Amino acid sequence: MQKELIKLEHISKSFDGEMVLDDLNLNIQENEFVTLLGPSGCGKTTTLRILGGFVNPDTGRVIFDDKDITKIPPNKRQLNTVFQKYALFTHMTIADNIAFGLKIKNKPKSYIDDKIKYALKLVNLEGYEKRMPDSLSGGQQQRIAIARAIVNEPKVLLLDEPLGALDLKLRQEMQYELIRMKNELGITFIYVTHDQEEALTMSDKIVVMNQGYIQQIGSPEAIYNEPENAFVADFIGDSNIIGATMVQDKLVEILGAKFACVDTGFGTNKPVDVVIRPEDVELVEPENGIIQGVVTHLIFKGVHYEMEVMANGYEWLVHSTTLFPVGKEVGIKVDPFNIQIMNKPESEDEEAVAIDI
Amino acid sequence: MTKIAKRIYVSLIFLFLYAPIGTLIVLSFNASKTRSKWGGFTLKWYASLVRDGDIMEALVNTLLIAVISSLVATIIGTISCIAMSNMKRKTRTVLMGVTNIPMLNADIVTGISLMLLFISLGLRFGFGTILLSHITFNIPYVILCVMPRMKQLNPSTYEAALDLGASHLTAFFKVKLPDLMPGILSGFLMAFTMSLDDFIITHFTKGAGVDTLSTKIYTEVKKGIKPEMYALSTIIFLTVLILLFLVNMAPNKDKKEIKNKENKSL
Amino acid sequence: MTSKRKFLATPYVFWSVLFIIVPLCMIFYYGLTDKTGAFTLENIAAIATAEHSKALWLSLLLSVISTIICFFLAYPLAMILANMKVNQHSFIILIFILPMWMNFLLRTLAWQTLLEKTGVINSVLSFFGLPGLNIINTPYAIILGMVYNFLPFMVLPLYNALSKIDENVINAAKDLGANKIQTFFRIILPLSVPGIISGITMVFVPALTTFVISTLLGGSKILLIGNVIEQEFTQASNWHLGSGLSIVLMLFIIINMIISTVFDKDGEGAML
Repeated sequence: MQKELIKLEHISKSFDGEMVLDDLNLNIQENEFVTLLGPSGCGKTTTLRILGGFVNPDTGRVIFDDKDITKIPPNKRQLNTVFQKYALFTHMTIADNIAFGLKIKNKPKSYIDDKIKYALKLVNLEGYEKRMPDSLSGGQQQRIAIARAIVNEPKVLLLDEPLGALDLKLRQEMQYELIRMKNELGITFIYVTHDQEEALTMSDKIVVMNQGYIQQIGSPEAIYNEPENAFVADFIGDSNIIGATMVQDKLVEILGAKFACVDTGFGTNKPVDVVIRPEDVELVEPENGIIQGVVTHLIFKGVHYEMEVMANGYEWLVHSTTLFPVGKEVGIKVDPFNIQIMNKPESEDEEAVAIDI
Repeated sequence: MTKIAKRIYVSLIFLFLYAPIGTLIVLSFNASKTRSKWGGFTLKWYASLVRDGDIMEALVNTLLIAVISSLVATIIGTISCIAMSNMKRKTRTVLMGVTNIPMLNADIVTGISLMLLFISLGLRFGFGTILLSHITFNIPYVILCVMPRMKQLNPSTYEAALDLGASHLTAFFKVKLPDLMPGILSGFLMAFTMSLDDFIITHFTKGAGVDTLSTKIYTEVKKGIKPEMYALSTIIFLTVLILLFLVNMAPNKDKKEIKNKENKSL
Repeated sequence: MTSKRKFLATPYVFWSVLFIIVPLCMIFYYGLTDKTGAFTLENIAAIATAEHSKALWLSLLLSVISTIICFFLAYPLAMILANMKVNQHSFIILIFILPMWMNFLLRTLAWQTLLEKTGVINSVLSFFGLPGLNIINTPYAIILGMVYNFLPFMVLPLYNALSKIDENVINAAKDLGANKIQTFFRIILPLSVPGIISGITMVFVPALTTFVISTLLGGSKILLIGNVIEQEFTQASNWHLGSGLSIVLMLFIIINMIISTVFDKDGEGAML
């Protein structure tokens, strides 16, 4: 079991009377790549800023390495931040930017020079020492921002939507770079993003947040395959979220038809939500399906076809490598393992959230 | 620094900036004719102000010069900004450099140089020469207010207007000009203020017999300022104060609401 | 269309040549010739006479002192205003421009009333048992007048430069271990250099060349270089000498301009 490095205990924060974080609890292990994922306004950036020390929580404690650091100012914390839009010092050269933290700590010059070299090598920008930040592209500035943070050997690197300003291709490249850097450095990364794909690609652990609450914590696989509620299911990838009734253990009634599933413990005749990923919907000949419908839309997506099938009053989203033309009657089948049962949202709040998205 | 210390500091600076203004307002109600004695409250200077032909004439001159010069400067300045944004970088830099001269140069040198020019051109010193000088030093203020706005302009909006079938002229008046308007307005206001407050350049370019409020006050310094002057400047100041607050309150509300919304979505 | 639009600048180009460039050339013409029109350097050399060099020296001294005072008064103020983070940029600028709507001469004269022996300031001081202030008609009053009149020109560019600094840049410095003092000297101060430079220019030049403030607050005995030049033009009518001294004055202004363009390449520190 890895060591617990950071604990957020009962953190609440409101701005101008508006609750941004409500009794948030979160544990982060050493050497983990944790992503805080959620739509804008979900409190993910505030959480990060509380960790960095730029925002004081109204209530609760931040425990770092078994010490309470809630009241410690940012310059005394063993964490470093890579800011949104980089926040490089435009009046300094790249070398001076990277050396900033080390000079503050009065490290010897030879040590600083070595560190600059090492950091620039790590971010693949060797030879850029004398350049000014303004002369660099966005992606390069981003790398410098990372280099500037990591030379201080923080135990944790906080990254606030660092790839948000980059174009798609560069973003994908940087995702791999970040994973490589994390493995090379062997430190904890806490990463904030609203991009679910980014989160799935890079993280060891994803924390899905919405409206100041944590919705689900888990590995990318768990988040994707077993979303705990409709918000998570909807936020992570495309999915069919359908109101249903749990008839009994391992049997659920969806749109009037009974489907076998593997979930138990939801009670009998209880209203639930089911999530079925589009790639898990199997299209077959009508007589072989559990319910029958008609293909209404068809788009070629490269690796697969995306189809919409109208069946029992619901438009099913289907990803399949087999083509079914528009107008064709089809049957729908789902493997019991691929039906994810979720409790209906309990509070109105959660309900509202589900509709919002 | 604690919050209270900051507050005190800011208040002291504002006291420093506004104390003379307060003094002048008080003096305008002072029944005694000398500055140094309080002779009781009176409104008589306000009454006699209207009957003072000299002051009234200076006031009219001042306002006319301020209005005309800032209007002309705004038109020339705005047109030049549009032209400059289409210039080669080098030409633009040269022209901006020339524009900066009256801003960076000393008023006394600008005043003298214009005076020498008018003499050698054989112009008769008077209202006209003052007006020419004011336009000259006002244009840079307009350009400095409009140019940054020009740079922020999204060229696509203009192109979008053309794309939607507008002529160049329509696109300019319906799209570009409204976009530039805040810059143009603040340029105009700035120019107007500068013209109204100018003494030095007017001092060198005015002829005998023509006075603005500034030059009139300067000639009165030695023999003592007429209390009617205090009354007049109090009226001007308070009018502007009320106008500006009315103007400033209205758009600020909108901004606040937008800001609030932005905060919420964070 | 684009090529046509360039020519919209033609009126202004003519205007600026006629009313900015030509007048400056005339100063140089007058400054470098004598009454017969022959070339001479005498008018410029005249700055070396005791009377003129004393006036120049006093002007330099008073304007430097006023600039320094303005800087130290304005910087904390600009920081406080910039940190208020309210969306009131235009309002703050307005507060500093507003006094200009009360005539500049009257405002300056009002200080006479405030500073008089029995004036408001001395009454307040004596109320608190403090010794009276007797600076009217001294160089101190001139400095006060300069600081009073030109302080807004220092505050506004500083405020502008400081409020442009991204909050996250300051946070980044703290994040990298800098304390408040280190953050100030290594980040905030260097990033505000454009504002500092244009603030200094905008205070120093008018302070160096003023003749009004010294006339109004310094009594008739204190002559600044501005007073000397003004007198040459309005009373002595020796335009050649006046122009020659103006050229000397411009030398200082040009030095100032060069320094400011070196530091502030993009003209970002401009007042508005």
